[in-house]
Amino acid sequence: MSLETHETVTAKIFPHPLNAWYAVAWDHEVTAKEPMSRTIAGKSMVLYRTTDNRPVALADACWHRLAPLSMGTLVGSDEIQCPYHGLRYNSTGRCTSMPAQQTVNPSAMVPSYPVVERYRYLWVWPGDMTLADPDLIPDMSQMSSPEWAGDGETIHAACNYQLILDNLMDLTHEEFVHGASLGQAELSESGFHTKLEDDGSVTVTRWMHEVEPPPFWRRNMRDKFPDFDGLVDRWQIIHYYAPSTICIDVGVAKAGTGADQGDRSQGVNGYVMNTITPETDRSSHYFWAFMRNYRLESQTITTQLRNGVHGVFGEDEVMLQAQQAAIDANPDHEFYSLNIDAGGMWVRRILDRMLAAEERGEDPLSARDLTGIGAAER
Amino acid sequence: MSSDPRPAWTTARVVESRPVTDRIRRVTFERPAGRRAAPGTHVDVRVRTPKGEDVRSYSIVESSADGSRLTVSVMRAQASRGGSVFMHGLVEGDEIECTQPLQNFELRHGAHRYVVLAAGVGITAVIEMGRVLHRLGQDYRFVYVGRSRAQMAYVDELAALHGDRLELRVDDEGTGLDVESLVADLPDDGRAEVYMCGPIRLMDAVRRSWLSHGRPIADLRFETFGSSGWFEPEAFEVEIPELGLSTVVASDASLLEALAAAGADMMYDCRKGECGLCEVTISSVRGRVDHRDVFLSDDEKATDETLCICVSRIAAPEDGDAGTGRLTLTL
Ligand code: FES
Ligand code: FES
Ligand SMILES: [Fe+2]
Repeated sequence: MSLETHETVTAKIFPHPLNAWYAVAWDHEVTAKEPMSRTIAGKSMVLYRTTDNRPVALADACWHRLAPLSMGTLVGSDEIQCPYHGLRYNSTGRCTSMPAQQTVNPSAMVPSYPVVERYRYLWVWPGDMTLADPDLIPDMSQMSSPEWAGDGETIHAACNYQLILDNLMDLTHEEFVHGASLGQAELSESGFHTKLEDDGSVTVTRWMHEVEPPPFWRRNMRDKFPDFDGLVDRWQIIHYYAPSTICIDVGVAKAGTGADQGDRSQGVNGYVMNTITPETDRSSHYFWAFMRNYRLESQTITTQLRNGVHGVFGEDEVMLQAQQAAIDANPDHEFYSLNIDAGGMWVRRILDRMLAAEERGEDPLSARDLTGIGAAER
Repeated sequence: MSSDPRPAWTTARVVESRPVTDRIRRVTFERPAGRRAAPGTHVDVRVRTPKGEDVRSYSIVESSADGSRLTVSVMRAQASRGGSVFMHGLVEGDEIECTQPLQNFELRHGAHRYVVLAAGVGITAVIEMGRVLHRLGQDYRFVYVGRSRAQMAYVDELAALHGDRLELRVDDEGTGLDVESLVADLPDDGRAEVYMCGPIRLMDAVRRSWLSHGRPIADLRFETFGSSGWFEPEAFEVEIPELGLSTVVASDASLLEALAAAGADMMYDCRKGECGLCEVTISSVRGRVDHRDVFLSDDEKATDETLCICVSRIAAPEDGDAGTGRLTLTL
């Protein structure tokens, strides 16, 4: 393959694809009682449910004089009424009633966005609706699997979405940002392996053998093995799914019990689920959850883990916001890369390919195209 | 969105032309790249007829990703006004004048379920909608009506894609469409959006049945190419006594244009008969008011108290000796 020119790969304010599914809300946030407003990929949307519980996402600006529909009321089985002059719209965004006249202008409508409920989230497609294939929703199946339990939160992060992806694709920052809970020197000392998979996902794998467990993991081990003491083998296996979902397989097991050979029975395993939705160029909705596959019955553990990760991600948020401010304060300075950025750089290259395809008007990329095989043949 | 941009004309080159049934021909042409033509879009084409040049609209059956390669299907009409003869005569390499894809039959996301209803050559307007509904995993039925299988284009392609969701209604096989049961059988529990394209008679029957079942009119979608009135446009006189103004509206000008040219300052916005801003009170009329707007209700139109001057016109009285139409307005 010849070298491609990747114009946006090291962009500091990274553009976002529109032809993609983005998490817009947790399932419980959107109701049939009250409409709510949220901006996704630069588009402000009003979200609500019909009385038979179907989610609806319309543009949050009335066709008439652009008053925000999210300030309006839900009426009938599937309609929303503008708060200003009372125009009503159905779930496809078509106007169904103009109170001051007997007829309805057939041209009156607001954009309606494809929206799908899956993995405890609602997902919207802000781009060309004719391409919105639900099979393209990234795999977050642990969120709704009976073999996993856990909970999460949303962070409204004041930074470009790509900075969060960079953060999650390289976990050596744990040593410095999360020293009190997760950090240990072995993180940056141990080797890691980065791979672009055939299905278009990216994997970064890191194993640390015979290490002292950091406080967060020692506590989790004791939830499962109350008298545990001693060394562990620790793993972090990062899975990236385009455009902006990262699921991290994390855990520790009693040292030398074969976890790296596939036997994790002597350990504890979690999945850090992250899906990041660009709001504007400089802000993001960061949906995360921590799932575990042991002691599923315990709400105490669910709450402790959620609170623990809340604290950890709070540390990331401070860094990301400060980084965005420094980027904006130094417009003439570029990004340079380190060896540890391999995962993040694959993400950037994949997003770059998606953006280029979108510009050419092509379908959202198949896995083959994301791996660049398709690009080479074109 | 719905606010269709003004037509922009370009030259396109025919790259393929072949029959798909006895009377339907598929014509593919290339034009400058832009965006993929969305389902429900059509192009306007300048056609040459024995009576001179004219413009016809053809639904887009297929589009390349960048919209540079478009396919339309044209039925050779029995009582053709000449457009279909021209289109059927096209061969590879010919140049035609056409517009960009224009939208006034937009497929919308968000309906509970969908019904696509096509009859005859009307299939061309909805074939791409079917593809998209399938790709999006929507709950839909695709009903295709025809006189005989030989006259129905694209049956094999549709069957391969839609499987059980395709319902063929073929008159000479005894499975013709019963409009009343089509509408009556739609589930009441939720809503269904119907997208239909076919002969006016069929669409009108569906519309009447739809209204008689009290279903929301916004859920019934169809395309009418251009606002066709009841009468051919003809010249008529108009007068506004308050302004001391009197003028003639030519057959190819609108009432609004003629009044503006005569110096009247009239209010308007859409100029498509939709918004009602141009509504004016009629004080008297000689002839018949040809209401061409969608703003006034049928009841309001029947009273002839007002008209929308951007599209509506006056036709001469039925009694041919009574002269041309004449309209007096009050401001
Ligand atoms: S702005 Fe919504 S009805 Fe006027
Ligand atoms: S200007 Fe809108 S109806 Fe005439
Ligand atoms: Fe972190």
